[in-house]
Amino acid sequence: MADIQYLPGKEPHPREHRLIFKNIDRQGWDTSIATYIADGGYEQLKKAVKMEPGAITDEVKKSGLRGRGGAGFPTGVKWGFIPPNNTKPVYLICNCDESEPGTFKDRYIVHQDPHQLIEGMVISAFAVGSHTAYLYMREEFPAAAETMEAAIEEAREKGFVGKNILGTGFDLEIYVHRGAAAYICGEETGLIESLEGKRPYPRIKPPYFPAALGLYMAPTIVNNVESLCHVKHIIEMGSDAYAKLGVERNTGTRILCVSGDVKKPGYYEVQVGTLTMRELLYDICGGPKDGREFKAVIPGGSSSKILRCDETFKIGRGEDAKDLDFWDIQMDFDTLAACGSMAGSGGVIVLDDSRKMSWVLNNINHFYAHESCGQCTPCREGNGWMKKLSDRIVNGEAAPEDIQTLEDVAYQIDGKTICAFGEASSWPVEAIIAKFRDELTAETSENNQYLSKEQLQREEFLTQ
Amino acid sequence: MSETTETQTLPKDLAAEKGLVNVQIDGHWIQVPRGTRMIEACKQAAAEVPHYCYHPKLSSPGNCRMCMVQMGMPPRLAPGQDPEYNNEGYQDIGWMPRPVIACANTVAENMGIRTQGELVEKTREGVMEFLLINHPLDCPICDQAGECTLQEYSVEHGRGTSRFIEDKVKKPKNVDIGPRVNLDDERCVMCSRCVRFMDEVADDAVLGFTERGTHTTLTCHPDRKLDSNYGMNTIDLCPVGALTSKDFRFQMRVWFLKETKSIDVNCATGCNTTIWTRGSQVYRVTPRRNDAVNSEWMPDSHRLSFHKFQGNDRLTDPMVKADGKHEVSAWNQALDASAEALKQFDAAEVAIIASARMTNEELFLTKTLAQVLGTESIATVARDDQADGKLISADRNPNTQGVNLILGTEGSAGRLISIKNGLQDGKIKALVILQEDVFEAAEFTHDDLAGCELIISVAAVANHTAEASDIVLPSSSFAEKRGSMINVTGRLQRLNQALQPPGNAREDWEIIRDLTLKLAGEQNDLFIIEDVLKLLASSVKEFEGITFSKIGDQGLPLIDTGETIPLLEAEKQRINNGEIVG
Repeated sequence: MADIQYLPGKEPHPREHRLIFKNIDRQGWDTSIATYIADGGYEQLKKAVKMEPGAITDEVKKSGLRGRGGAGFPTGVKWGFIPPNNTKPVYLICNCDESEPGTFKDRYIVHQDPHQLIEGMVISAFAVGSHTAYLYMREEFPAAAETMEAAIEEAREKGFVGKNILGTGFDLEIYVHRGAAAYICGEETGLIESLEGKRPYPRIKPPYFPAALGLYMAPTIVNNVESLCHVKHIIEMGSDAYAKLGVERNTGTRILCVSGDVKKPGYYEVQVGTLTMRELLYDICGGPKDGREFKAVIPGGSSSKILRCDETFKIGRGEDAKDLDFWDIQMDFDTLAACGSMAGSGGVIVLDDSRKMSWVLNNINHFYAHESCGQCTPCREGNGWMKKLSDRIVNGEAAPEDIQTLEDVAYQIDGKTICAFGEASSWPVEAIIAKFRDELTAETSENNQYLSKEQLQREEFLTQ
Repeated sequence: MSETTETQTLPKDLAAEKGLVNVQIDGHWIQVPRGTRMIEACKQAAAEVPHYCYHPKLSSPGNCRMCMVQMGMPPRLAPGQDPEYNNEGYQDIGWMPRPVIACANTVAENMGIRTQGELVEKTREGVMEFLLINHPLDCPICDQAGECTLQEYSVEHGRGTSRFIEDKVKKPKNVDIGPRVNLDDERCVMCSRCVRFMDEVADDAVLGFTERGTHTTLTCHPDRKLDSNYGMNTIDLCPVGALTSKDFRFQMRVWFLKETKSIDVNCATGCNTTIWTRGSQVYRVTPRRNDAVNSEWMPDSHRLSFHKFQGNDRLTDPMVKADGKHEVSAWNQALDASAEALKQFDAAEVAIIASARMTNEELFLTKTLAQVLGTESIATVARDDQADGKLISADRNPNTQGVNLILGTEGSAGRLISIKNGLQDGKIKALVILQEDVFEAAEFTHDDLAGCELIISVAAVANHTAEASDIVLPSSSFAEKRGSMINVTGRLQRLNQALQPPGNAREDWEIIRDLTLKLAGEQNDLFIIEDVLKLLASSVKEFEGITFSKIGDQGLPLIDTGETIPLLEAEKQRINNGEIVG
C-alpha cells in the first residue's frame, strides 16, 4: 500500500493497518464507482458469487470476525442462526445508526467509501440468502444518505445490485432508510421496529431473536457498517490470512476512535489487540495535552465502564491469574472484558486531570436520560432520576448519601431492562462511582438535605 | 446368573408422555403443559407473580418488568457428557444471576423458578420505587384507589418510603381523550395495555405514546378520539388510575360498592358482568371474564345501559285507571282488579304480548298464565339490528332462545301481526303486556289499540304502553331480579339480584304468578324463584336437572344453536398463533 497517498496531515500512523479505512482521506479518492473499480473494487463480489453461500459463511466464521457495533458477537455465528428450514424471506440490515457517544468510524465509510460497504453488503446478502437489504442511516447523516443512494444507483447500472447480479440469477435490492434521531434505533430490535414504521421500542428476547423473528417476523441479520466491510476483506484475503491479523479470538483490524484529552485525537485502524493502552495514547495519540496528566479512559463508547489510569486489574483465573497494569491493557475484546469494561464500538474517550468526574457522570446521564425510549420501567424512570441526582452533585446541591442513592438506582436498572440500554446507561454510573467515590463525595455537603426529617424517621422505622 | 439393570423411569419421561414438563417453582415440582408461560405456571403453583403489562388476552411486550423472577436450568452439557440425576430423578438447577420476565418466557423441562428470594424481592422493590417516583400519589381523589395494582404492589413489594426528593415530571392531566374515557397522564405507568387492546381487540388503534424516556406520554391519535364502542374496556384494563370512566368519575369510592355477578341483557350475546351497587343504586357495570361468551370485554353501549332504570320514571306502585286517570293502588286490589277484568273476556278475546327480554322463569310462568286464560295468542317482540362483528349480536333480545324453548314461538313475529290484526278487527279485546312498550318496540299505534277494552301491563319504567294501560303493575330491572336466560350460542346463564326493586315494585315472576293464582283461584306453591326453575326443569326437557347452582357463574351450554361469537373466533385465532395466552 506504499503507493497510496493520503491528504496532507491525514496520513495514517505507521502502527496502523488500514483495511477498512484504506481509502479514507486518500489522495485523489472520490465516491464514484469508477474510482472504486479502478482500485480493484467489486472484484471480491465477483469472486464471492462463484462460491457456495454456505462457504462464505464458513469463511466468515473461520476468520473469527466479531461484530464491530458494540457487543463483539461473532458475525459468522450470527449468520448461522437463521433457521435451517426457513421459508420466509431473509432480510439483511446494515446498522448505520452510529450514535454511541465517542464513536465516529462508520460515518467515514458511508461518506467517503460507499462502494466498499455496498460490496460488503451484497456479499453478505448472498451468503445469508437475502434479496432485500436495508441500510439504516442515522438522521444526522443526510449527506451520507444521498451518497449511498447515488452509489447504489451506480452499482445497479454496473449490475452489482438489483436483478440478476453479475448474471448469477441472484437478486438484491438495497434500500436506504433514514432514522429520526434516536439512539435506541441502533439497538437491533429497536431498529427493526423503526424500519417497520413504529416507535423503536426494542423487542423482548426471547422470543424475538432477529435471526429467527426479525423484520416483519422474518429472519433478519443486522450487522454494523464496519462488520459488513470486513466481509469483503475476508473474501479478499481468505479467512486464514485474515485470522492472522490481530490476536487469538480477536482477529482482524478495528477502527479506534480516540477523542478527548490527547494531543492527536482521531480514528486509527489497527490490528485488534496488538496495541496496548500506552502505545495507543502515547505513541499514536501523542500523549496528554501539555501540562496535563491522563486520568481515566472510557475504552469502548460512553456505555463502557470507565478505567482509571492508575488501576491494576486481576486477569485470568487460578494459576493463570496475573496483574495487569492499565497501561498494558491490550485493546481487544477479551482483555477489556477481563478488566471489567468492554471494547464496545471502539470509541476511546480520554480524560485528563482537568476533568471533574461529576461533570463526566452528569454529561453521560443527560445523554441516556434523553435517549431512553421509555418503554420499560427501570430505564425510563431510572435514567431520569440518575440525571436529576447528578445534576445536584454538579451543582453542589447533593448530600453525601445521594452518591449511594445514585449507585443504588444504577443497580436497579442494570440487568432489569428489555434491551442493553439499561446496561449502557447504568454501567458508566456504577463504574464512575466505584472508582471515583471520594472525588464525587467531596463535591457533596453534609449541609445539603438528603431526605426530610420525616422521611428519615420513616426509613429508620422501616429498617428496624 | 444374568445381571439385569433396572432402568428407572425419570420424571421427565413421565411428563413427556403427557406433553408436560417438570418445573420447580419455589422448591416444589409441578407438571405443566409444554409452552406454558412462566407466569401462568407460577399461578398454577399458587405463586402469583405481580405484573402490570401482562394480560392473558393481549400480546406480551414485557415492558413493566414487575414480573421478574429468578430462573434456573440444568447445567449445559459438554459434548458426550451424560446428564446427572439426583435421587428424585431431576437434574440440579443452575440459577441465573440475573432475573428474567415471567410473562413472555415459557417453561422448559427441569426449569426452576423462584418467585421469592433476595434477587426477586430487590428487583420488585426497585421497579415499584421507579413507578412511584413520578407518580402524583393522588390516591385520595383517584377513582382507581382501592382497586389499583400500584397501591396493592406498593403494600406487598414496595419500600414503604421514598428516596426521591427531585421534582416530579409534569404531564397532562384531565385529558379528554374520548366521550366516555378520561386520561391522567401523570398516573400512567406506560404498561401499554390500553394501546394493545385498542389495536389488537377493538381494531381501532387510536392510542399510542409520544415523547420518550421519562416524558413518555399516552395520547390519542391526532384528530381522533377514543370513541370506539369498546373504549371503556381500557378503563378496566388500566392497572392504575390513568384511564377513568367519565360516567363513574368521582361518583363513589369503590370499596363501598357491592359486587353482584350477573349478565348483560342488551343483546343475545349475554356478556357476563359485575354489577356494582351501593344502597338502591347501580354505580357501574363492568365485564366479567367468561371465555365462552365475552372473553373479558363488553361494549360501552351495553355497559352504560343501566342508567335507563335509574331515572325518575321508574314505576313504584301498582296503578289502576279510574275516570281516565291512574290512581295508586295496593297490590292486592290491583291484582284482584286485573283478574276480575280479564275474566270478563272470552279466552279468544285475550292476547299476551310477552318479551324476549324476560327470563326463562318469567316466560314459563307466562305460559302458565296463558293456559289459565285459555288463550293461544301469545307473542314476543323481535328486536333485530346490525351485529358489530365483535360482541353485539344482531338479535338485541337477550333471551330469544329461551322464548323458543319455553313458549315455542318460532315465528313469533307472525303471531304479533295476528294479534295486531285481531285488535284492528275487534276480535282481541284484552291485552296483557309484559315488559314491552308496544308503541316503541312493536310499532303499535293508538288506533291499533282503539278497540281494545282492557290493557294490563307489567312494566319497570313509565312509557306510552303503561300510560295507555288500565292497570299497571310495577316490576323490576335486570339488576333487581334473579333468573336465567339462554344466549345466542345456546348457553344458559344466570342473572343475580343486585338491588331490591324500588318502592312497592315487585319481581316480574311474582307478579305473573300472583295474577295466575288470582285467575285460577289456586293456592300458591311457588315461593322462591328456585321453585319456578324446578317446575320449568320438570316441564321442558332441555332444562331437565337444571338448578341455579348448576348454572353457576360461568353458565353452561344448554342447546347448540350453531351460532358463534365473532370476537371469540378472532381470539381463538390469536391463541392458535401463539400471540396470546387466552
